[in-house]
Amino acid sequence: MKLSKNKLPLELSLHKHYEDNVKGVYNNCHPKVKDARKASMMLLKNIGLPLANNEKWRNTNLGEFYKNSYLIGDEKSVFDKQINEIFSCVVHGFNTNVFALLNGWYYSSEEEQIQTLADGIIVGSINAAQKKYPELISKYFNELVTDDQHGLNAANGAIFTDGIFIYVPDNVESDKAIQLIKMVNRDSSTMINSRNLIILGKNSKLSFLHCDDSINQHHGFLVTNTEIFLDENAKLDLYKLQNLNDNTTIVNSTFANQKQNSELKVNVLTFNGGTIRNEFDIELAGKGAHADVSGIYLMDNKQHVDNQLLIKHLAPNCTSNQMFKGVLDDKASGVFKGSVYVAKDAQQTVAFQKNANILMTSEASIDTMPFLEIYADDVKCSHGATVGQLDSEAMFYLMQRGISKSDARLLLMYAFTSEVTSKIGIEALQTNIDDMIKKRLRGDLSICDKCVLHCSTPDTPIIFDIDMSKI
Amino acid sequence: MLLNIKDLHVSINGKEILKGLNLSVNDGEVHAIMGPNGTGKSTLAAAITGRDGYEITSGEIIYKGKNIVDLSPDVRANEGIFLSFQYPVEIPGVTITNFMRTALNAKREHQGLPAIKAGDFLRKMEDKKKLVDIQSKLTNRSVNEGFSGGEKKKNEIFQMAMLEPTLAILDETDSGLDIDALKVVANGVNTLRSDENAFIVITHYQRLLDYIVPDFVHVMYDGRIVKSGGKGLAFELEEKGYDWIKEQLKNR
Repeated sequence: MKLSKNKLPLELSLHKHYEDNVKGVYNNCHPKVKDARKASMMLLKNIGLPLANNEKWRNTNLGEFYKNSYLIGDEKSVFDKQINEIFSCVVHGFNTNVFALLNGWYYSSEEEQIQTLADGIIVGSINAAQKKYPELISKYFNELVTDDQHGLNAANGAIFTDGIFIYVPDNVESDKAIQLIKMVNRDSSTMINSRNLIILGKNSKLSFLHCDDSINQHHGFLVTNTEIFLDENAKLDLYKLQNLNDNTTIVNSTFANQKQNSELKVNVLTFNGGTIRNEFDIELAGKGAHADVSGIYLMDNKQHVDNQLLIKHLAPNCTSNQMFKGVLDDKASGVFKGSVYVAKDAQQTVAFQKNANILMTSEASIDTMPFLEIYADDVKCSHGATVGQLDSEAMFYLMQRGISKSDARLLLMYAFTSEVTSKIGIEALQTNIDDMIKKRLRGDLSICDKCVLHCSTPDTPIIFDIDMSKI
Repeated sequence: MLLNIKDLHVSINGKEILKGLNLSVNDGEVHAIMGPNGTGKSTLAAAITGRDGYEITSGEIIYKGKNIVDLSPDVRANEGIFLSFQYPVEIPGVTITNFMRTALNAKREHQGLPAIKAGDFLRKMEDKKKLVDIQSKLTNRSVNEGFSGGEKKKNEIFQMAMLEPTLAILDETDSGLDIDALKVVANGVNTLRSDENAFIVITHYQRLLDYIVPDFVHVMYDGRIVKSGGKGLAFELEEKGYDWIKEQLKNR
């Protein structure tokens, strides 16, 4: 192969990083993790990093980023500040347990690297979990990130630094959401590989808010693999909030397995970022399982967003919804690929899919691809994709009432996103996300007074800050 | 004179729809415009309100002493021109409350007034809702989304009451209304009538004019007003249809 002679700089760094650690820290991992690292590195050497000549990456070309040199997973930072001293996220009436990753490492005191919360939920570092709960790691780790992975999944598997581990025991319903903040504090381009494992026992319930927030203007390359297991009747609400600087590249891969009557609700809210790719690979493996994956993307400048969904109906009577809506302005570009696979035995499947886009300029673009693969005969599947401009009838209606053209556009863009935000189950979070969307669409936080979008808390700024001076 | 339309020619995609229309409306007057389908009644409404795609090829629309043909729809609206739509548009995600607050404040800004206080606004909403018998829940719903035909038309009159226009054009407000809803809508309009505003009521049927009694009735045919009269003309049309007018035109 030609490529192997002419490896990309990032690929070489990844190989080297593995070699540097294989006899050290990696050797001390849980045997299953150790094996997975080795196998992943072999796979990476074999398939390489995904480039645009790979059909699945045709519209999202990361080639340029592979040429950069990155600081990859270096020393763990000293824990000398509580998270609440560094980070503030004011969401009124939304009470969360906040946990953080700093430069890829789980950020806590040594004693709290893994802890059991009052309601019995175990939260901590995935590295610590390997030592303290080896049987859970044996049972779940890397069980989903197996088939059809790409080179960045493999790289993550080989050299991931750390990540969050959450275990909700059977019958535990948490009323306090868990919030994970990712912080990167480096003076140079950094690549962070994180690995998360979330396990919900039978009849359990959890809300998990995963925030990727921008830190500084350095280039960051953040790759995250998340595995999610939902046992019978388990319910997980997962929110991904992406508000990053234009120099950030994100590849998020989420793999989920759902047992009988479990429910997974995902909301992906992409407000900002350089190049973002979100992948979901969800197996509805038990009868009556339900997955609801929705998202909003609001992109401008030259930002790029790519959402790749695959929902596999493997058992009868499962239902799934995919609903992604986006507004693309300036020269922003987007990709949506929504796939539904219905296995032969998955009778009475109901699968719904919708992707709607508004292009604000002639230079903005979206590639939207529905993909259905159905082997059962008793199924209801629908899909729809739209690409358009703002509705001119509605524009005239608003303007006839005295609303200016620019305000009418703003109102309609906001209205367009509301179909997705109305799915957010936690009221306080919904209000907050709603406000963030309004502020994002306006593109200016300081003009609240005159704005046509009436935020519920106009006097309260959306605070979502990390005080870098304190790290 | 509030509105003076002089020899108005309007084309859509190069096809002439209005072919030299003249109409004058004074403060305090109600003008009914009747006529068969496809004669340009809705085009007249679109031309006065400034809708895109309606090209004014010649003539003038003088409103409050100024030719408004070059003003954008929002400026015309803020100058006091209101259209009750024949087919009100559904806008999911925008609540009526937010919509009206935005519209009202746009008008106030145009008039050099500060934004309305939240309390005053809510009181005004409550007040005007009663006028057209709107249930309180309606205002928290998205604009026209899932409304019945009657609710949509009531909502148009509610918006009119909120914005207090000087010139209101009701485009087939009676279509799709049962008699009870028609009475409610007509009652709303009659309450808003004053010496300082005027109404242009576009309708097919004399029925609405039993409740909103016009000062003048005009018949439109083939892009022009071909006959004008008092309210008696509406009865004559109801009884005899439009054919006799077409005959008169031919014989001329």
